Amino acid sequence: MGSLSTKHRPYFWTSTGKKFLMAVSGLALVGFIVGHLIGNLQMFLGQEAVNRYAAFLKSTGELLWVARLGLIAMVLTHIVTAVSLALENAAARPVGYAAKTYKEATYASRTMKVSGLIVLAFLGYHLPHFTLLVTHPEYHHLLDDRGRHDVYSMVVMGFQVPWISGFYIFGTFLLGMHLTHGIYSMFQSLGFQTIILRKRIRPAAIAAGWLLFLGFASIPLGVLAGLIQLPSGGLVP
Amino acid sequence: MNLTLRVWRQKKASEPGRLVDYPARDISPDMSFLEMLDVVNEGLIQQGQEPIAFDSDCREGICGMCSLVINGVPHGGHQATATCQLHMRHFHDGQTITIEPWRAKAFPVVKDCVCDRSSFDRVIQAGGFVSVGTGGTPDANTLPISKKDSDRAMDAAQCIGCGACVAACRNASAMLFVAAKVSHLAQLPQGKVEAADRVQAMVAQMDAEGFGNCSNQSECEAVCPKEISVDFIAQLNREYLKTVIK
Repeated sequence: MGSLSTKHRPYFWTSTGKKFLMAVSGLALVGFIVGHLIGNLQMFLGQEAVNRYAAFLKSTGELLWVARLGLIAMVLTHIVTAVSLALENAAARPVGYAAKTYKEATYASRTMKVSGLIVLAFLGYHLPHFTLLVTHPEYHHLLDDRGRHDVYSMVVMGFQVPWISGFYIFGTFLLGMHLTHGIYSMFQSLGFQTIILRKRIRPAAIAAGWLLFLGFASIPLGVLAGLIQLPSGGLVP
Repeated sequence: MNLTLRVWRQKKASEPGRLVDYPARDISPDMSFLEMLDVVNEGLIQQGQEPIAFDSDCREGICGMCSLVINGVPHGGHQATATCQLHMRHFHDGQTITIEPWRAKAFPVVKDCVCDRSSFDRVIQAGGFVSVGTGGTPDANTLPISKKDSDRAMDAAQCIGCGACVAACRNASAMLFVAAKVSHLAQLPQGKVEAADRVQAMVAQMDAEGFGNCSNQSECEAVCPKEISVDFIAQLNREYLKTVIK
């Protein structure tokens, strides 16, 4: 339509389409993060709860891989789209301002690229650490008295090292900060926002980001404070 | 008042520009920002120098012609105020004021603080037409429109297309402008017929012009002289996503 012959980009690769992809992949990842946190918080219920839950997840077999592949697809979508958006944004203003003052943009919203990259780097440690057990191959041999992989003791041992705990707290803090803007932004990009909703979604997104951070950080903090301890009777290596 | 102006001077698009300091003496606090620049320009002309080029037209805040990023904020950062309505009483004696043009790939500088905003015109053109019944003058109120919808359409229609949203956005995105135009027509029965084609074509043109993408930081809303809400950006996204199921 119209007198101009503009080449249309693919539907989801326009500026609005890409923001949709960011929002949908972000939404899926937030869903995962919430589930992950609920699973993690079982650390406060003790060894039996955590190891049973871990064994249950492992027992799902192919379904676990369906979920994992879905997650990987969402992470890749989020990253590829973000890189594309960032490159276009950088190109959109070749000459910058000598003076620039922000009036509305929050610190979190201005540091999405940095917080996103650091969270990615954090994942680069977290997955080899607790999922793939590359950094600590000895975790493979941790078994509880029922012969299940002793995920509980693995986590406690991991977080008893202060710098590892510190790194996890730092990583999840940036994740929470990323989400204070991300969750708000998601509603906007999906078009699910009105004047009335925005007044509620903005503070709700900030609260959600903080709650997720505090939830994740409570586990290394709980270990360091001695609230979460290795099971009595010691470990059978 | 005596001020120091740090102004972007650039002979033409193809030449690099730079900030140059000019004194502005005996400025009345009752002057508007543009009147202050007129005074400075008169002085420059008398000294045989090239006056500072800047855009303005109606000087009453309704035409969208004036621009200028003043101390890092488009239109100077007073609520619902375009540069032409900004008064010198907001500045203090001895202050240094940095004045720059809108910065965006899609708004190339023509000269000094004047930039070419015809990319906005092409986005509007891409929007096409609305279907209206021709013939005799229709009776008033023959088209049923709720008060809420007509108010919302009017809120969007307030946009004067000055481009401050692009200038303020750190991605030089034109989302607020396009959102206002798309929402304005999508809100009304007259605009509904072509709504799907319109939003796709306008988004495509916006991208083709080289504007950036929306990061939902609301900087645009904060500087908009017509206080266009970023809720219209959500509406633009909604209108765009609706077209996938059409």
